[in-house]
Amino acid sequence: MTALVWLIPCALALGGLGLAAFMWCLRTGQYDDLDGAAWRALDDGDGRPAPPEKS
Amino acid sequence: MPEVLTLSTADMDVPTAGPRDEATAQPAARHITTLAVENMHCGGCIRSVERALAALPDVVSARANLSQRRVTIETHTPTANEESYIAALGAAGFKARPLADEAPASAQADEADLLRRLGVAGFAAANIMLMSVAVWSGQAQDMPASLITLFHLLSALIAVPAVAYAGRPFFVSARGALAAGRLNMDVPISLGVLLATGMSLYQTARGLDHVYFDAAVTLLFFLLIGRALDQRMRSRATAAARNLLGARVAAATILNPDGTAERIATRAIEPGMRVLVAAGERIPVDARLVSGDTEIDESLITGESRPRHARVDDTLYAGTVNLAGAIEVEASAREDGSLISEIGRMMAVAEQGRGRYVRLADRAAELYAPLVHILGFSTFVTWMLRGNGWEPSLEAAIAVLIITCPCALALAVPVTQVVATGRLFRKGIIVKAADGLERLAAVDAVVLDKTGTLTLGEPRLVDADRVPDDRLALAASLAVASRHPYARAIVRAAETRGLSTVPASGITEATGAGLTAIVSGREVRLGSALHCGVDAAGGRFASLWLRDGETAPLAFGFADPLRPDAPATVAALKSRGLTVEILSGDRAEAVAEAARAVGVDSWRAGERPDQKIARIEALKGEGRHVLMVGDGLNDAPALAAGHASISPSSAADISQTTADAVFQGEALGAVVETLAVAKAAQRRSVENFAIAIGYNIVFVPLAMMGLVTPLIAAVAMSASSVAVTANALRVALAGPRERQS
Repeated sequence: MTALVWLIPCALALGGLGLAAFMWCLRTGQYDDLDGAAWRALDDGDGRPAPPEKS
Repeated sequence: MPEVLTLSTADMDVPTAGPRDEATAQPAARHITTLAVENMHCGGCIRSVERALAALPDVVSARANLSQRRVTIETHTPTANEESYIAALGAAGFKARPLADEAPASAQADEADLLRRLGVAGFAAANIMLMSVAVWSGQAQDMPASLITLFHLLSALIAVPAVAYAGRPFFVSARGALAAGRLNMDVPISLGVLLATGMSLYQTARGLDHVYFDAAVTLLFFLLIGRALDQRMRSRATAAARNLLGARVAAATILNPDGTAERIATRAIEPGMRVLVAAGERIPVDARLVSGDTEIDESLITGESRPRHARVDDTLYAGTVNLAGAIEVEASAREDGSLISEIGRMMAVAEQGRGRYVRLADRAAELYAPLVHILGFSTFVTWMLRGNGWEPSLEAAIAVLIITCPCALALAVPVTQVVATGRLFRKGIIVKAADGLERLAAVDAVVLDKTGTLTLGEPRLVDADRVPDDRLALAASLAVASRHPYARAIVRAAETRGLSTVPASGITEATGAGLTAIVSGREVRLGSALHCGVDAAGGRFASLWLRDGETAPLAFGFADPLRPDAPATVAALKSRGLTVEILSGDRAEAVAEAARAVGVDSWRAGERPDQKIARIEALKGEGRHVLMVGDGLNDAPALAAGHASISPSSAADISQTTADAVFQGEALGAVVETLAVAKAAQRRSVENFAIAIGYNIVFVPLAMMGLVTPLIAAVAMSASSVAVTANALRVALAGPRERQS
């Protein structure tokens, strides 16, 4: 039974981690374009280094 | 982040952040422009769109959103240079347009808010269930009472804040309904959740067994899924509808008294201002023609497919298209006062009838909520009368309210509708009205407009096969210079035949007459009979003539063709037992011919908007539920008057806004598909109600007898929700099977 003392906090912490990750995804707009995200994962780019950023 | 996406053309001052700004030491203001991009379909398109825009000098970054078919552009220039972005995208092969106006950011904010609450409810439900399962299995064995109480206490610690946060949308809605003296589904939901939580707290404090934290939180979790889906569907529909509406004129060129031209927003135009309208532009506001001579395409207003020749002092209506030459007009109304005032007034009257429709779920709630409360109350009274004491009596009554908490009932309609609208969305049909599907399901009579609805709304060359290739190519080489619909029809015909159209040099256009050019030393004319010096009486079709030097002139006939699947669609509607009728503002012979071609016996021609409404009201008087399908401005009041309405996406803005559903593409079959899906969705909704009620019939007697334990409550609640959701998903599955047969 003493195992419960750390098992329950562990379970809650893991659940809380999942919740925090979900909130982060939501806030950073990860769910804004689900169709586009599916394609972007397959985009290899053109193999060239990124162009210098314009200012 | 989401609110940035919904801004159309707004200025945003981004606070100095990141190394780049520090390096330049100049807090550069960023500006966000959002464009709707029509034909963006895949990952390759995303890249092409973003590359094309990033190549422009003033663009800092461009981010395409494939789900919404939009691209968000970040720039340094204070005045968003929309035209150049659209041109750059056009060069890359994409049709882009500015968004109509700033959208309320609230829809997306609401969605994110519901998802946050859903996340919290999910976290709480999972963790409480973890402990509840331990307690349930512990009760069968020898779990010490102190440990059970500890688990209950921990559950309470998670559940109380979770319920307070996740349940807020329901509590707010229930309070609103009660304040207005009504009952909605959220009243029994809130009551059930609050009582379950309250009683569980009491039982936990006393070290007793009837602890329902798991049921209360799981209930909220399921309900929030339904709510979030509902919200998502609605914001997706409004976003898609706004993309379509983007075509509206946003700016117009006005002529100042001192003779300088200035480009201003359409909504800033005041009566009396002089406005320049180039060929091919829409007339921005109702106006009087001051100088110039042109042809006006009024098909959206009158349903008449032939352009009208406009002369000085003629009145031109907003939204009609100037086809021929550049004209100068004097505004006679502001943008918001510009619709024919009669149409505006008739729409307001017609829409009042709409407001009386009560949604299925609300009708169910009106019956269900009082029943539940009576059941709970009579349980309490019965237990008291049998001398059980107030505490067990209250316990039994609360158990009844928890069991009857309408989780499945509240999921029954939203889940079905989300699945159904999702299925239609994939076919290019956007259901905009929240109760649109329910009203579409009741339809038993269909009224169709002709121009633009049964027909494509643009002229096509008739008997194109009769015209030899070289003549068509010659005609097309002149026609490319004109925006006239007949000229464009010739170019299209040449393109479909694979002829290359080389623009002739030195083309001159005589407004309302035709085009002239010199091709290899000969004068070639394309235009009216008079323009080509032909002495011809008007044939069956509107026609243009081609005269090449001294050779015999050749006639091109034009007609507004039916949508290819119009006859099949009418037949399909009839086979479903619907009556079909045509109401058109066009000439009688044109309507009669279209009616014959699609197989409709009952038709009326030359109908004014008020006559269309009168006819629909007459049908309603016979107890029919009328579906109005139309596209023109003259159809807008009729669309509002019908029990339900559908528009093609080529329709006038106001018609699209009024219609319950908008379909894209040329196929009229979308109407049949929409009705079929709406009917299927309605059937599933009713079945779902049956499932939810069946579950209550089993468990309510148990609750009234005091036999419900927390375990039974949790299982029953989840099982009924899952059953209802699974049944709703059948709307999506029905599609492929129907298509095979």
